[in-house]
Amino acid sequence: MYDERHPALRRRGFLAATSLGALALAGCGTDDSDPKSGGAPKSGGRLRAAFAGGGASETLDPHLANLFADAARAKALYDKLADYGPDLSAQPRLAEKWETNKTLDRWQVTLRQATFHDGRPVTAADVLYSYRRIADPDQAFRAKASLEPIDLDASRATGQRSIEFVLKRPTAEFPNVLAAFGAYIVPEKATDFDKNPIGSGPFRFVSFAPGRSAVFRRYDDYWEGAPHLDEVEFVVANEESARVNALLGGQVEYAHELNPTTARAHEGSGQIEIVRLRNSAMQAFCMKTDRPPFDDARVRQAFFLIADRKELVDGALSGAGAVGNDLFGKGYEYYDDSLPQREQDLDKARALLKRAGAENLKVTLDTSAVAAGFTEAASIFRDQAAKAGVTVDVKMGSKDSYWADILNNGTLCCYRSGALPIEAHISQRLLTGSTTNATKWRHKDFDALYAQAQSTRDETARAAVYDRMQRRLYSEGGFLIWGFADWILGTARTVRGVEAKAPANTLDWARFDKVWLA
Amino acid sequence: MNGLRSFVARRLLLGAVQTVAVVLLVFALTEALPGDAAVALAGDQPDPARIAAIREAMRLDEPAHERLADWATGLLHGDLGTSLVSGRPVGQYIAEGFGPTLLLATLTLVLLIPLGFGLGVLAARHEGRLADRLISSVTLAVYAIPEFALGVLLVTVLALQLAWLPPTAVGYGTDLLGHPAALVLPVLVLLSRPVCSLSRLVRAGMIDALASPYVAQARRYGISGTRIRYTHALPNALAPAVQQLARTVDWLLCGVIVVEALYVIPGLGTVLLNAVAERDVPVVQGLAVMFGVLTVALNLGADLVAQRLAPRAGVAA
Repeated sequence: MYDERHPALRRRGFLAATSLGALALAGCGTDDSDPKSGGAPKSGGRLRAAFAGGGASETLDPHLANLFADAARAKALYDKLADYGPDLSAQPRLAEKWETNKTLDRWQVTLRQATFHDGRPVTAADVLYSYRRIADPDQAFRAKASLEPIDLDASRATGQRSIEFVLKRPTAEFPNVLAAFGAYIVPEKATDFDKNPIGSGPFRFVSFAPGRSAVFRRYDDYWEGAPHLDEVEFVVANEESARVNALLGGQVEYAHELNPTTARAHEGSGQIEIVRLRNSAMQAFCMKTDRPPFDDARVRQAFFLIADRKELVDGALSGAGAVGNDLFGKGYEYYDDSLPQREQDLDKARALLKRAGAENLKVTLDTSAVAAGFTEAASIFRDQAAKAGVTVDVKMGSKDSYWADILNNGTLCCYRSGALPIEAHISQRLLTGSTTNATKWRHKDFDALYAQAQSTRDETARAAVYDRMQRRLYSEGGFLIWGFADWILGTARTVRGVEAKAPANTLDWARFDKVWLA
Repeated sequence: MNGLRSFVARRLLLGAVQTVAVVLLVFALTEALPGDAAVALAGDQPDPARIAAIREAMRLDEPAHERLADWATGLLHGDLGTSLVSGRPVGQYIAEGFGPTLLLATLTLVLLIPLGFGLGVLAARHEGRLADRLISSVTLAVYAIPEFALGVLLVTVLALQLAWLPPTAVGYGTDLLGHPAALVLPVLVLLSRPVCSLSRLVRAGMIDALASPYVAQARRYGISGTRIRYTHALPNALAPAVQQLARTVDWLLCGVIVVEALYVIPGLGTVLLNAVAERDVPVVQGLAVMFGVLTVALNLGADLVAQRLAPRAGVAA
């Protein structure tokens, strides 16, 4: 995009792009053409970032990371072997490269030259210690399920900086495992994470008060180059209004997770910058396919046709999002965008219900105030369903146990998910053995397709298998995916280098080593 | 004084029983909440195996009465137990949350007493006239504004538009005294409602007392108006005010959740809110014990003061 009025901006953008060329080749390219990030990076200063947090129980143990605040802090102190790019494909981080054998069940991972904050090099032993800690059967670390494909007893260090991972089965998407949420590398034998955490990340530990503040300082020897900022401070403010007020009042320079209404009120006002991370949160209704009335594919298809997606996005997300097409992962690697956009068609829906013998259908829709827009979405959908002759009874559930409650109970519920590779969405939620299979989608042939994809080396052939799975889900799956919500951040006007194309949870989201204060 | 001693003894015993009842009730209610700490912690990743593992690590798989007994035994040794979620001692949670809450409560109280009594006396002196009508209608109006709304209003006007004060105390942690400007808005919000109720109570008590026969008698002796007001009438108006004050202190100390959330002050209210959300039973129980003891002690103190001020009013145990 050439802009006549700002040739200087464009030139700087170009310079920045070339200087990053070497890094881009290494597989961690950042797109610096965004005019907002214009200007040469300046060194120095402290950035204060406000997140919703977990109160006095917070810990800096990166393997216990559960909240966005935990993930942001862990990302500043620690590294993973890989992390997700903007399209949720795995990008090498501490792993310099990975190679697999023909059968995709042994992976050779080579580490880059990196050091922990105490000067020790990051070695294969540290990686194996970290993964074994996560997989400890007596513990319940979040990444445990993601690391499940690895046979850690058989895996071993083949050199100071090389590891051979032995897998329990062929896994073409093994790099996704290395990038999993919470799979951080800590030094061998590390146990004390709150007093003196040592990582290999871009910032080193200064101080931490659970539920209040964490201060980290630039690590000059970071393998990817020292951060521009001198210091970053994470502060915790659970109320959205408090985060916005602190940002407006100049008490913080970065506020995570804002409401669409706040964003609209301040967008273009010149006071603060609003950053929208597109395609961050999948919004859906989830139908249990193993019980009436949704065990009949025609009823599910009718529900697909009842939803007016635009109205749901406008009403439940205040317009801050894009309509969905009943498929997870819009804009992600392997997403099938060739399928026609689903539109509301009440006549066809009524006809399908009639053929399924489900006229005057009554269903209970479980919802809860657990996520923004859930209760609104439920009441909008109730009104839409009424037009097709379906009575939807909205039932409010508890906020704190919602996800566990809806896993096996009920028939229809509100659902959302953060960014995740499509492969991980399938393996965690749509296979017969998946642990969080909320749609109860259990089909041997679908499982077989997944296994086939995982044992297919050729990427094009693999993409074709993913397309087959997605067409199946599109025509008769249990997820009515009506939208993708933007993740909204606010920054002070002096903040530069905040990546706007990174969905929440990806590498460039909440990444403060690339940010500077103008 | 024997009557007073047995009154205190009876009240203390009752207080202990009340505290135990509160603790049992809190335990029962937390148990009855949907989901436990393992479920709350698993969040949107409710993998049943993971929940079971968390449950086992937290010893939540043991029967409720055993956990209660374990905890109660610890309590007798002064041990409030450890948090389920972080494994840190509950005493530390309370100690850290207590500082900011105590600071807010003290500041509020220091301003509340002169302000509430002053306004009440002023209104009573001018009963029915402009000053009284003004004070009465303003206090009624302010009392009717919910704290959250008032807090948002004050932030918008005083902090964001006029930029006189910082909008929150974010990042200051427990070092609030180092940033006194951040305390102004929370204290204003905390003050707003108690000032109204207190001044109205003082006003009503004063008007009653000023109309009483003993004040009329004092007037006949030719005692000055000021002396009548402050030494004869005011003590009579004080008794209900002191009891109201005790309730206010209790309310302030038990953590004013709305104010703490709005201004990001990491006090007891925040600790309680997070602990309930995480089903961190030991922390909730520890707080319940502390709140129970505080409430009992404060009310006992208030009743004693009230009895001294107006012995004839009688005090119900």
